[in-house]
Amino acid sequence: MTSAFTRTLGLTTVETHYCPGCTHGIIHRLVGEVLEELGVLDRTIGVVPVGCSTLAYDYFNCDVQQASHGRAPAVATGIKRVLPDSVVFTYQGDGDLASIGTGEIVHAAHRGENITVIFVNNAIYGMTGGQMAPTTLVGQKTTTSPLGRDPHTAGYPIRIAEMLAQIPGASFIERVSSDSPPHIKAARRAIKRGFETQLAGEGFSLIEVLSTCPTNWGIEPVAALGWLKDNMIPYYPLGNLRDPRKAVRP
Amino acid sequence: MSRVLMKGNEAIGAAAIAAGCRFFFGYPITPQSELPEYMSAHLPEVGGVFVQSESEIAAINMCYGASGAGARVMTGSSSPGIALKQEGISYMAGAELPCVIVNIVRGGPGLGGIQPAQSDYNQATRGGGDGDYKLLVYAPSTVQEMVDLTQLAFDKADQYRNPVMIVGDGMLGQIMEPVEITPRAAASDLPEKTWATTGVRNHPGRRNVINSLFLKPEMLEDHILGLFAKYEAMRADEVLVEEYQVEDADIVLVAYGTTARIVKSAIGMLRAEGVKVGLIRPITLYPFPEASIARLPERVKNLLVVEMSMGQMIDDVKIANEGHRLVHFIGRTGGMIPIPKVIADTVKHILAEHHAGDAAHVAVGVQMEDL
Repeated sequence: MTSAFTRTLGLTTVETHYCPGCTHGIIHRLVGEVLEELGVLDRTIGVVPVGCSTLAYDYFNCDVQQASHGRAPAVATGIKRVLPDSVVFTYQGDGDLASIGTGEIVHAAHRGENITVIFVNNAIYGMTGGQMAPTTLVGQKTTTSPLGRDPHTAGYPIRIAEMLAQIPGASFIERVSSDSPPHIKAARRAIKRGFETQLAGEGFSLIEVLSTCPTNWGIEPVAALGWLKDNMIPYYPLGNLRDPRKAVRP
Repeated sequence: MSRVLMKGNEAIGAAAIAAGCRFFFGYPITPQSELPEYMSAHLPEVGGVFVQSESEIAAINMCYGASGAGARVMTGSSSPGIALKQEGISYMAGAELPCVIVNIVRGGPGLGGIQPAQSDYNQATRGGGDGDYKLLVYAPSTVQEMVDLTQLAFDKADQYRNPVMIVGDGMLGQIMEPVEITPRAAASDLPEKTWATTGVRNHPGRRNVINSLFLKPEMLEDHILGLFAKYEAMRADEVLVEEYQVEDADIVLVAYGTTARIVKSAIGMLRAEGVKVGLIRPITLYPFPEASIARLPERVKNLLVVEMSMGQMIDDVKIANEGHRLVHFIGRTGGMIPIPKVIADTVKHILAEHHAGDAAHVAVGVQMEDL
């Protein structure tokens, strides 16, 4: 008998706490599948952030360190410098990486730190209840932008992938999405390329994954996938920005 | 190894390497920058790693990661930089990670000054970050003691799985003194770091997680009770103190670090005049040597605390004293070094007038006029 679908060994059997329709679960699975496929689970150390994915230390089936808010790339730097033969990744949300942790992510990229960053961008603070994120879209209503984000007082959403792609030490940078099967397949390929970049010793890799938050966006899960496609992708275009396999650099 | 002349900050670095430290993460700040400079030059010689971090916050979090991966790791800074590290120090205490943190104290608050001070006593002993936790805190008073306590600190950090802080000051960091630094293997009875996140291949069948989050209140309280059992063990086993000419003393001074050396000069002056005066010098600021104060004979009616601050350790002296004796104070702030003559004159003033009176608190401005 052949099985059509099985759990990935990359995730534990612990039931996640994520809300219905949240795409963290999909992204976790992609990371777990890639680590399993590359055969590196037993030498991988994950670093989880503060935010919705803090509890991922119970979900990724490898050693994990929980980092303080925004500092995961610094924690990952410490681990990787001690254990250069290990595989080290961070898993961070937009509040963690693109707001309180901008210093750490920018300088980890600048050092060309040989780590992989999974950056989940859902344009809102989830765990704290739907406040404006650095990636919240212009006009998007949140609990701290009740009239919609006004760029004159709250600034414009940060495009992390484009920003980091300007950094010489950033080796692999790609933005992907979790809204549809073709995009999820592309996301898996990018995540794999990110880890391959690290395994080849080619330096810093970051995959920005657009994600949904039906609970705090206040819409149904299926509608949330549509909202992501219609609103986020136009502002956050998908695609590869840097890959060591490419000769041409932006 | 024979004695060599070394600056305090560099001696700490050399002592750390000799004690097996191979990872240093730090950010430049006066007056401790010779420490990261020394590490950047000498760690690569022994296969170690130096990273100049983008910030104090990043440095302490790199230490978190490296310590969690099982390494002996160190960072250093000075007062406002240590303030920035407090979040990470709290996380390390919560996640039970060993680390040696050096604070070469300068004047504060804010940017303060760059001269020697002792105004970080509270920051070191009261837990500068959030939550209920303690650090083991060493306060050397010579460059040789900086060496010896740095090496001891690595063993104690590993033994207790807790951050250990070395509190120096700008004077100790910058002064050059002859020191002997010998390679020191980790204590043989230290527990293996079976908890470290080194990858499951190194501990098959078990996932290791480094974490300070306990969402269930009962579990958080259990965790904190466990931390405090460690701190109680520190209080029982780790107190270090020098009692200097206390046996026959009529009045006892309390001072640590650089200030204790100045107090010893004052004691020399006073003893030459026949004044029986002694010094209690805490070498651990936490745990504080409470017993050394509590067991002083009835004869001692007065304590004089001398600090390069407006009075922070004096609170611990008062706690240990339990109201039995008058507690007097001399305080100078960042860079204004206490003068032996002022200390000696204050002692004589107390003995003459304060047997049963109010505690003396020597105001900063008055001292300079007295000279």
